[in-house]
Amino acid sequence: MIENLHLWYIPLLPFVGFLVNGILGRRLPKWLVTIVALLAPLAAFGVVLLEVLSTLVPTVMLRATGHGSVFSVALPYTETCPLPWISIPTLHVDFSFVLDQFSLVMLLIVTGVGFLIHVYSVGYMKGDEGYARYFSYLNLFLFFMTVLVLAGNALLMFVGWEGVGFASYLLIGFYFNKKSAADAGKKAFIVNRIGDVGFLVAMFLLVANFGTLTFTEIATKLGMDPGWNGGVVTVIALCLMLGAAGKSAQLPLYIWLPDAMEGPTPVSALIHAATMVTAGVYMVARTHVLFDHSPFALSVVAIVGAATALFAATIALVQNDIKRVLAYSTISQLGYMFLGCGVAAYSAAIFHLMTHAFFKALLFLAAGSVIHGLGGEQDLRKMGGLWKKLPFTFAVTTVGVLAIAGFPPFAGFFSKDAILYAAFLQGPNGRVLYGVGLFTAMLTSFYMFRLWYLAFLGKSRSEVAHPHESPWSMRVPLVLLALLSICGGWIGIEPANGWINMERFSGFLAPVFGARVAASGSEETELVLSVIAVVLALLGWACAVLLYGEESRLPARMAGVFSGGYKLLVNKYYVDEFYGATVVKPLLGFSKYILNWVVDVGILGGIAWLLGGVAMLAGAILQRWQSGNLRSYAAWLAAGAAAVLLFLLVPWTTVWPASMAFVWKVAGH
Amino acid sequence: MNSFFMQEVPLSWYLLLSAALFSLGVVGFLFKRNLITVFMSIELMLNGVNLSFVTFAHQWHAVKGQIFVFFVMMVAAAEAAVGLAIIIAVFRARATLAVDRIDLMKL
Repeated sequence: MIENLHLWYIPLLPFVGFLVNGILGRRLPKWLVTIVALLAPLAAFGVVLLEVLSTLVPTVMLRATGHGSVFSVALPYTETCPLPWISIPTLHVDFSFVLDQFSLVMLLIVTGVGFLIHVYSVGYMKGDEGYARYFSYLNLFLFFMTVLVLAGNALLMFVGWEGVGFASYLLIGFYFNKKSAADAGKKAFIVNRIGDVGFLVAMFLLVANFGTLTFTEIATKLGMDPGWNGGVVTVIALCLMLGAAGKSAQLPLYIWLPDAMEGPTPVSALIHAATMVTAGVYMVARTHVLFDHSPFALSVVAIVGAATALFAATIALVQNDIKRVLAYSTISQLGYMFLGCGVAAYSAAIFHLMTHAFFKALLFLAAGSVIHGLGGEQDLRKMGGLWKKLPFTFAVTTVGVLAIAGFPPFAGFFSKDAILYAAFLQGPNGRVLYGVGLFTAMLTSFYMFRLWYLAFLGKSRSEVAHPHESPWSMRVPLVLLALLSICGGWIGIEPANGWINMERFSGFLAPVFGARVAASGSEETELVLSVIAVVLALLGWACAVLLYGEESRLPARMAGVFSGGYKLLVNKYYVDEFYGATVVKPLLGFSKYILNWVVDVGILGGIAWLLGGVAMLAGAILQRWQSGNLRSYAAWLAAGAAAVLLFLLVPWTTVWPASMAFVWKVAGH
Repeated sequence: MNSFFMQEVPLSWYLLLSAALFSLGVVGFLFKRNLITVFMSIELMLNGVNLSFVTFAHQWHAVKGQIFVFFVMMVAAAEAAVGLAIIIAVFRARATLAVDRIDLMKL
């Protein structure tokens, strides 16, 4: 019987890795740095697997054989530090970790995919000067991410939340000698802070209205009052959504993610595709009770998600940087996840989160392999025909593209379908969201196949004569992720309940999200919908073939015909320029003219100048006293003593009125 | 006549003499230029104070004031030893005893 799961090992191990590599890394030999860097996430992953063994396997065995095992620990399982964090009469916050089905899935993704990307990084970062620094940052990220996932209350989650933001900042700005990278890091950090204001306000409101930040207690309090809808709950939910939009790069705060591609490619895969950016989705799903009590907030989530999905997909259509295509596609896929959350299909959203982690990590790593092979080239226009030179990378990219485009039996098909199906069942408004999602799916298929054709097929436009295939340390993670991208969706299938039914995954997460009855769905509807989705994905492919299948002038001509729209898309809807003009420039102007000139130089500087002037003037006058002539000091001393004597000896009570009367008289009265 | 000599000197006389001695010391300290005279003026002030100590000790039949006088005399002796040594050293170095011209430490 395992009484204690030792959840705190999971964040602690990467943290130890961070400390060792961060402090000693520069002095250690490279092989030791590698071992420490790989051991930390591997050990954490091992602990997570151990937890699976001691929690899930017994349940499965129980279902299969009728009797449980000795290693059974019931979920949800809470581990609390005996010392409270904050303990005041109105609020009690603990360092508590909670393991339930949901955090278990997330942990498997974070540590599993995280480990694969660490392995990949060993090959990718081999020649880099900041090898140890890179891995210490990566381990630090894993530490904060696991804290975020395991946190049992909003405050601890916020610690992880800020921590991953910080690690992300460090890694985006990893090549800090490059101005664009340093700027991108700052941009990501600042835009995330805007979202964090929402998270913070939501926490304040939670404390004010619920008196607690613990997720389970909030759920209990809301559960006691089923009629409590809207009102402050809506405000809290919307504030949380603002935070989630910042972290998960949703409209209107998505602008940092494309720039975040300045970091090393494995970082883009781990942090800016697979794990950190899904923290917003995780947070919304974790606080789903609040959203369930606020239909308005839910619909906001759904609309933001659908709008972001479409918006980002349209930008991705015309991008030429291979990583930026993937970045916009990430934003778009995150939009899908929020769409899923917004129609209260949390398990579908988490399912998509999981499959997306697999295939998007795969795609990013494959892109990294291409970039690595071409010696740093990221422009799709300078690739082409790489399938002969990089056959392995070509194969795994194909898997990733098929998965994200939503072809069965690849992973993306199942999860995207689950979200679209859930949206479809939400009544007439849901149909609109479904339509947007479906159209986005077609766009997704199109731009991914565009990338595929431009990079790998056709004639070579590369300036690199002999691109080289990646080393083994980079290939093994790619193979594993490709396998996961193929099979990852199958865990949702329960053959007994229809072939693409999501019963199994949602059934697994039901203890967290509650069992949801599908409104009016039937197997036929689902089948028809998935066929439509596949047909549209094929249509997207067909468009890509038509435009990019062979060297043609068609794309250029199309860009000429729709020059207005093309320009709009190439310039990403001028959102950065818009923010620059409406937010950044006024703020900078305010800082420079009001805060710097008026407040700092004018008021504060003026006060300082005034005080200094007064002191100097007083000094100029008073220095006459300090003549340095000893006898004048003695004279003052004697005069002072005489004055004191005079004050003590003269009977003032009689002299004073008399002298006043004398003055009075002299004055002429 | 006999009674005149038998009369005790009133307390206030002693005190007035003491104040006069002290004030003479102060004035001498303030206005004399010669270092040795200044030094003597300090001694005069000390002794003016000593006189009032002795006066009050006699008046109140308390021995504390007389003990204080011994302390003051001791300090004055030590001061005279050190002070005169310094004055000699200063004179050797500067060949002057005018206090206004001994101003090396000034800014």
